[in-house]
Amino acid sequence: MELTLLLFVFVMAAFLGFELIQKVPSQLHTPLMSGSNAISGITMVGALAAAGTMDSSLGKWLGLAALILATINVVGGYLVTDRMLGMFRKKDR
Amino acid sequence: MEFLTNLAYIAASVLFIFGIKMLGSADTARRGNLISSLGMLLAVVITLFQGGLDYTWIIAGILVGGGIGAVAAKRVQMTGMPELVALFNGFGGLASLLVGWAEVAKDPSLSSGPNPTFTAAAVVFAILVGGITFTGSLLAYLKLSGKLGGSATTFPGQKAVNGLVLLLLLGFGIAFAVTREPALLYVVIILSLAIGVLGVLPIGGGDMPVVISFLNSFSGIAASAAGFVILNNVLIVAGCLVGASGIILTVIMCKAMNRSLGNVLFGSFGAAAGSKQEVEGEMKAITSDDAFYVLEAAQSVVFVPGYGMAVAQAQHAVKELGEILESNGAEVRFAIHPVAGRMPGHMNVLLAEADVPYEQLCEMDDVNAIMESVDVAIVIGANDVVNPSAAEDETSPIYGMPIINVHQARTVFALKRGQGAGFSGLVNTLFFRNNCRMIYGDAKETMNNLVGQFKD
Repeated sequence: MELTLLLFVFVMAAFLGFELIQKVPSQLHTPLMSGSNAISGITMVGALAAAGTMDSSLGKWLGLAALILATINVVGGYLVTDRMLGMFRKKDR
Repeated sequence: MEFLTNLAYIAASVLFIFGIKMLGSADTARRGNLISSLGMLLAVVITLFQGGLDYTWIIAGILVGGGIGAVAAKRVQMTGMPELVALFNGFGGLASLLVGWAEVAKDPSLSSGPNPTFTAAAVVFAILVGGITFTGSLLAYLKLSGKLGGSATTFPGQKAVNGLVLLLLLGFGIAFAVTREPALLYVVIILSLAIGVLGVLPIGGGDMPVVISFLNSFSGIAASAAGFVILNNVLIVAGCLVGASGIILTVIMCKAMNRSLGNVLFGSFGAAAGSKQEVEGEMKAITSDDAFYVLEAAQSVVFVPGYGMAVAQAQHAVKELGEILESNGAEVRFAIHPVAGRMPGHMNVLLAEADVPYEQLCEMDDVNAIMESVDVAIVIGANDVVNPSAAEDETSPIYGMPIINVHQARTVFALKRGQGAGFSGLVNTLFFRNNCRMIYGDAKETMNNLVGQFKD
């Protein structure tokens, strides 16, 4: 039952995603991509649990590597998107 | 506590949904990005509160990763944006691969989940998609940054080899899902990484906007798959949203080239040189001195930037010329083709960096509607996206691709390094038209030259 529920959530999220981003002006394609890319770093949450285990098994070190990579993705992605969007200014004269 | 955690995950998902929606509109995009980052913060913090974790290594990992990410985001030049996004994509993909692998390393029988076979299948999927995302993005990064040739690499029997590797991968993947024998998983990892390389090898530089969008989508799907491994809703939802948005961008890019996704991914476009075309007329050059007189009299000017502008780092000089033309009484627009450059929206970012007002950046259709009233269209390092063959020559490989109709403007200046063909290897018939004049040389120098003449 739990698995069916997860699949249900997945399918709903897919439809929601398609509905949300139907019409994006092409000016915003790059920020949309780097911004959504940062969101895909959510895998960081999974990495946290793996990296935080108390033993020092292979799983922990794999988790730590995943954590570092995902954090680069998250922090870098959000910052660079913000920097980019800061440049999209309206003419103020 | 578990209930609270799940509530927080739902809240984080809602923040992601709002964030991504707001990214779709210019007025709200920056706030949207902030909101989505708050969602991420919430999800991470609540996970840390769960307790029973070894925080030393977690803090170390976050500091290292955060530091690298922050420095990269600060340092990158806007011309290097496609490379950076490709690299970040790849890291996200590899992280999802590792999360899947770590789950197996910790609990080889995968018996903690409700259904070991399902979890194993999810692990295979996370590794497959994550691995393709990682090596595919890495290769795209190398191609984009010029560390590897940007052209398509093909060899005989390439499709057969790729198909075989994919079949093997599926076979081993299914075998692992059923038996959960760790050795099989290592084969799956290696084959997944190989598929990423093999898949991107035959795709040339001009098709990179599609590839990056596609890999962007994959990085989300990988995260979603990792969510099925650890049974976590927020991963599933957030990853799936990214997967959907990446697919939409991919479709937009394909439409802008009038090609199917299959043709882009497997067509090896640009590897074979275009057929020899006979074009009547000749390419007529013009010096920037003469170009200056034409521009001085122009009432309406449209700039059409392409990848060549990024290569020459000419965006600041272009913006300066635009300002001068405007104060000279001309109406100035920048017409941007959806696939100009190496990633979706690449040109917009460069021009925004150079402080070109947002209102002057026009989409293809809007500019085409007024093209006949334009006095001068200046094409800066763009080629295929202004090739009239796409509209007129039914035998052309790019026939049907929407273009910016600069050939309908009264005068066209085409800034180009030399006489060679564009990425597609096609002859651009625009350059042979009577209303077109070539200005050879480095785009930035030409621009500065023109700016200098206006100032004298």
